[in-house]
Amino acid sequence: MIDPNLFQLVCFYAFSAVTVLAALSVILLRNSVHAVLALVLTFFSTACVWLLAEAEFLAIALIVVYVGAVMVLFLFVVMMLDIKQEQVREGFIRYLPVGLVVALVMLVEMLALIGVRAMHAVSMGADPAAAAGVSNTAWLGTALYTQYLLPFEVAALILTVGVIAAVALTLRHRTGSRHQSAGQQVGIDPSRRVRVVKMAAVRAEEPEAVQEETRT
Amino acid sequence: MPTLNDILILLPEFYLVAAACVLLLLDAFMKPAQRGVLHWLSIAVLLVGIYLVVSGQPDVPVTAFGGMFVRDGVAEILKVFALLTTALVFVYARPYLVDRKLFVGEFYTLAIFAVIGVMLLVSAGNLVMVYLGLELLTLSSYALVALNRDSRLSSEAAIKYFVLGAMASGMLLYGMSMVYGATGTLALAQLHGAAAHTAMPNLLVFGLIFMIVGIGFKLGAAPFHMWIPDVYEGSPTAVTIFIGSAPKLAAFGMAYRLLDTGLGDLSHYWQPVLAVLAVLSLAIGNLVAIVQSNLKRLLAYSTISHMGYLLLGLVNAGPEGYASAMFYAISYALMGTAAFGVILALARAGFECDRIDDLKGLNHRSPWLAFLMLLVMFSLAGVPPLFGFFAKLMVLEAAIHAGMVWLAVVGAIAAIVGLYYYLRVVKVMYFDRPDEGMETRVQPDFALRAVLSVNALVLLALGLGWGPLLNWCRAVFPG
Repeated sequence: MIDPNLFQLVCFYAFSAVTVLAALSVILLRNSVHAVLALVLTFFSTACVWLLAEAEFLAIALIVVYVGAVMVLFLFVVMMLDIKQEQVREGFIRYLPVGLVVALVMLVEMLALIGVRAMHAVSMGADPAAAAGVSNTAWLGTALYTQYLLPFEVAALILTVGVIAAVALTLRHRTGSRHQSAGQQVGIDPSRRVRVVKMAAVRAEEPEAVQEETRT
Repeated sequence: MPTLNDILILLPEFYLVAAACVLLLLDAFMKPAQRGVLHWLSIAVLLVGIYLVVSGQPDVPVTAFGGMFVRDGVAEILKVFALLTTALVFVYARPYLVDRKLFVGEFYTLAIFAVIGVMLLVSAGNLVMVYLGLELLTLSSYALVALNRDSRLSSEAAIKYFVLGAMASGMLLYGMSMVYGATGTLALAQLHGAAAHTAMPNLLVFGLIFMIVGIGFKLGAAPFHMWIPDVYEGSPTAVTIFIGSAPKLAAFGMAYRLLDTGLGDLSHYWQPVLAVLAVLSLAIGNLVAIVQSNLKRLLAYSTISHMGYLLLGLVNAGPEGYASAMFYAISYALMGTAAFGVILALARAGFECDRIDDLKGLNHRSPWLAFLMLLVMFSLAGVPPLFGFFAKLMVLEAAIHAGMVWLAVVGAIAAIVGLYYYLRVVKVMYFDRPDEGMETRVQPDFALRAVLSVNALVLLALGLGWGPLLNWCRAVFPG
């Protein structure tokens, strides 16, 4: 039987090694799609290290936000940049081996994590959440809105600056472009929207086949 | 839990955030022709900010939000001058921005957000706040540098600034994480005590070195100065003047908070490192500035050498040293604003006035502006009786008192070398004939000319009566 704590330590070093190797491949690989896949692996392995340290919320947030949303977006952008449609279709097969390798490493990491938990290894560091007798997420939420309220708000300011900068750097007022006028749309009188016109009934001279069908 | 008292301590910052948001909304609903209102409103916002900082200043240092934020004398002085120089920047920048169709509300909003970053940074009581304040400042600066989207040079400068700045932030953060690993605390006040009995002194020193790299990048001290010349040259001059003023005060504030409030016990480790940075900055800044033909690049290399002098003060690692370094940072902020102000006053649509040759015979064309530039150049060079001379004197004295006479000698030699290129600008203005067809139209903006004159004359006035400001700086550092 393996010592659970030793196994945990081995896992820690293994996850760290994978993280560093994957991060290195991000900057060393020439193919940008491979680089993005390596970045996904970097994030995933970091999340595994965090899970070992019992920071469950952070680990899940990293997976959901970065791997799930940001990196998939990256992957779409990289794959669509300046590439013709046929190449993209070929690309699926071409990138499959690397994708499989990344997926396989992730699977091994997940199994290792389950192993650590199943063996009831001793916690790696002092866990304030466990000491306070609340869940990790609840403790994080409380800390974020009391002790770390000011940094939290400053982070919100930084995001605001990001939005302002993005608008300032990309918004261009083109002259001669047509756009809808929301004011006119809202201000319109319902009675002027639809005009009912009385017409004398007329018979179509050559009814089409489709209309024939619907009539019968 | 935060109380009303916490909010009152942060009143100037909260007020500026609210004002910046209001300005942003006003800009969205205003017609472009009415932007002049926005301009004066922004300046008024900053001046009211100075009033709030000074009037609400408590007698003893107070903390808010559980030690995250410190409001003390150091923060007060730095905030007052950061707000003041930014107001000057707004006055000087307007004609330049109007000429280049860059007169947009975002310039004002982003600059005010950057100043909020400066204020949070110099008041930081926690490593998290240091980092977030810095990010708020630098993110706004990146956007400001890139504001002129149609200029390739600006875009290049913005990319360089962004990539190197992000790397520097990464270094700083890495250092912080190591310091946290060694001491188990992020609060600067607790760090001070914890640093002495850590179980992992090597990790702590490693983290310290990484943090110094981050500080060096933000100060623009050699060998982390590579971004300065390109960013100074590539940015619109109206943005260069901003980057050269308030952020320098912030960089001093950051260095003081991290190195003294946080890791003051390790001063015997960081003193020699800063001394090396100082010597390299003095040498590289002054020597490379000699061969520059572009005025903005010349001022960029001059900045690097001035950061070397600022480090001479920090090397002292005592109250006297910090006071002299802060005095130097203030003097540089005022001098740099005036120097770029002259360039802005001479620039017009299609003419940047960024080559030294553009100043040829300025004395014949505009004697008053030439005289103002003379004052600024002499002050930058450190010629008595101007402000810059006494600032240099104080940092050299601090270095000698720290027992580093050799460092003071290097500083003095560097000042003599620096004299050459500042005097070259003066020579071009006073003794060269203007080229054929060289016409001068000083910006007709009255506010710019009046404030610029006051700014340059203040350099002379503070050179003659520097006592009160120096005493103010000395009083805030407890002995």
